[in-house]
Amino acid sequence: MKIISLKKSKNISSLGILKHYIFLLPVLFLITNVFSKEMIIEPGENAHERLQEAMILMEEGDILLIKSGYYSFEDGLSLDIDGVTVIGEGMDKTILDFKNQQSGAQGLLVTSNKVTLKDFAILDAKGDALKVIGADGINMINLRTEWTGGPKSTNGAYGFYPVESEDVLIDGCVAIGASDAGIYVGQSKNIIVRNSIAQYNVAGIEIENSYYADVYNNLASHNTGGILIFDLPDLPQQGGHHIRVFDNQSIDNDTDNFAPEGNIVGEVPRGTGIIIMANSDVEVFNNLMSGNGTVNLSIVSYSDKTDDPNYYPHPKRIQVHNNTYGPAGFDPDINTGELAKTLFEISDGNMPDIFWDGVAPLSQLIFGQPEEEKLIISEDENVTFLTISAIKYMMGFSNPILTDIDEFQGVINPLKPINIEGI
Amino acid sequence: MKKVSKFLMAILLCTNIYAVNGVLITADTFPNKLSDFSFFKDASAQIPHDDVLPYELISTLFSDYSYKQRWVYVPKNTKAQYKEDWVFDFPEGSALIKTFYYPVDERDPEKGKNLLETRLLLRKEDGWEAVSYAWNEEQNEAFKKVAGKTINAAWTDFTGVEKNVRYRVPNVNQCKECHAADDEITPIGPKARNINKDLEFKDGEFNQLAYWMNRQIIDEYPLELTSPVDWTDTNQDINDRVRSYLDINCGHCHSPTGNANSTGLYLHLNESRETHLGIYKKPVATGRGSGGMKYSIVPGKPEESILLHRMISMDPGVMMPESGRALTHQEAVEMVKDWILLLKD
Repeated sequence: MKIISLKKSKNISSLGILKHYIFLLPVLFLITNVFSKEMIIEPGENAHERLQEAMILMEEGDILLIKSGYYSFEDGLSLDIDGVTVIGEGMDKTILDFKNQQSGAQGLLVTSNKVTLKDFAILDAKGDALKVIGADGINMINLRTEWTGGPKSTNGAYGFYPVESEDVLIDGCVAIGASDAGIYVGQSKNIIVRNSIAQYNVAGIEIENSYYADVYNNLASHNTGGILIFDLPDLPQQGGHHIRVFDNQSIDNDTDNFAPEGNIVGEVPRGTGIIIMANSDVEVFNNLMSGNGTVNLSIVSYSDKTDDPNYYPHPKRIQVHNNTYGPAGFDPDINTGELAKTLFEISDGNMPDIFWDGVAPLSQLIFGQPEEEKLIISEDENVTFLTISAIKYMMGFSNPILTDIDEFQGVINPLKPINIEGI
Repeated sequence: MKKVSKFLMAILLCTNIYAVNGVLITADTFPNKLSDFSFFKDASAQIPHDDVLPYELISTLFSDYSYKQRWVYVPKNTKAQYKEDWVFDFPEGSALIKTFYYPVDERDPEKGKNLLETRLLLRKEDGWEAVSYAWNEEQNEAFKKVAGKTINAAWTDFTGVEKNVRYRVPNVNQCKECHAADDEITPIGPKARNINKDLEFKDGEFNQLAYWMNRQIIDEYPLELTSPVDWTDTNQDINDRVRSYLDINCGHCHSPTGNANSTGLYLHLNESRETHLGIYKKPVATGRGSGGMKYSIVPGKPEESILLHRMISMDPGVMMPESGRALTHQEAVEMVKDWILLLKD
């Protein structure tokens, strides 16, 4: 690989040599086009302008290296070049600090395709830390997004925020302190979130209105809620489906909800391990859920009113198996949202490991759910379960709950793994 | 005939040293100096060449109280094509030119202007490209700024109050953040409906569409157009004023084809579904932008409406639009507040 430094002196000397071989220029041009070049940014004066300019002038195949050091920026950064790599020297070494940010709604905005971001940190952005819009191919590897003042409602909403993107990889990343979700993938397709850590966020990892996602080998702890698989109405892409959540640890999610009111995650009670809302074809397996004061696993419908005719508010074809459940439900957060309060009241304080709200379309409540849409649970016999029988509830039974987990036994049909080309 | 006119044009190009440098408009790179394009006879005074026509929009985007002058250049013997509900389809080699400035003193034009930047949208072979040139201290040249620039600008307003702003010249990517539809760069302003108004030209006052037709830079325009209103015109219906304001200030991103389409909040003129217009619409990925409120717009309750909160805010993590604004547009805030108060459940 040919390394071209951005330093002026070197450019001039290489031009000097070129002068003698000017007739070779067309050939050289072809060659340099084949090889990618590496640009290097070091800390110092005008670092923002140098970095932003490099991120505008770089070309497909180029690598931009941000040397280790502390960079303080007053304005957001953006990248809109396809097929480039922006790399630091480590998530604890190359630090992009936005606490003095005066413009830009995020730390870094990426709007191009086939981009790899690796080995740097984005701290204290005023809005979202790293937002990716409409990318076809985005790799986020060994990055850190953090709000350093601890959980506060004045922190930015999202750490990692790919939206309307395809082929999304988040691998080995760390997300801390987001006032909405540390890792949030919205309205996207073909997603892998793995080997990452989300702590002290409202939601640790959230997959929303998305299709085809594998979420595995992550640690979500000390968030309000660990892992959320949500679907919301009135959006261009809805009907979230085909999500596999496995080999994760969602433990000790014990941070009070600090989301600004109005946001959907503001209704998540402290101490929830995994919540599935209004998605289809979700497989939750081999996870460890423990130390979650409200409930380890919940499967719920979207409960607010909506007049979106294209929206289906209920979960279907959810499969839950081979998970490990540690202590939970010991400190239900009945003051946030409806989930914990309802569950606490209806269970009379005997909080289950798994909760399904039992809500389905009226016809299904009366005539039963189609066999292939039913919730399937295949867990150890000591795992506790609770659901609400909506019919009994509506008819005014004093105890409208069902706790027999065996009724939900069934054959697990494993979902296909997600494959991103080149990963 | 064609041959003759081409020949004539060639002579004109050779003899008229004031001609716009059309080659640079379609070139692969942007020149470093604005003057290289030769759009202006007198750059400091912002006097354009004869084939660079001034135009105005009925309602304009707020940019920190800066003033804007707009021009359009269409190569000779080519025409922009009318598109319904969209900007004219300009031919290759066209340029849209917009200079941002503050008057030294709004009460006294004689005191002059401070030119900030001139933004260009250039119609290349494959589509539009955007770039901005920032004016130097001497105000006699503007230089390309691909990475943007911060200008600490000041002016005296109509009431005699000195105003200061950390004015940002956008970088190339930021241009695209707003000027994108389906991921292609596009102009925002010059839709037929937005320029359907009279303007004082050198040769008299004319409707701009008629004048463009007369100068043969557009192929046609419809005789009946639903145009926005001038939002500052208090004789107009307040709903029309607000919708016109939201259309030009928000609607280009907040539309099904715009950069903010993932929000489901659509503020362009053609949207009529209440939820998508924000009425009792819940935020999606708003974060602290919600300001602790539940809906974009609560009829009758501006103090509970996120939309107004984000118009007022000057916090980069909350404010809307996301870029191009550092100050609050007080007059528009008042109008939108009044409008929300009048909305009924």
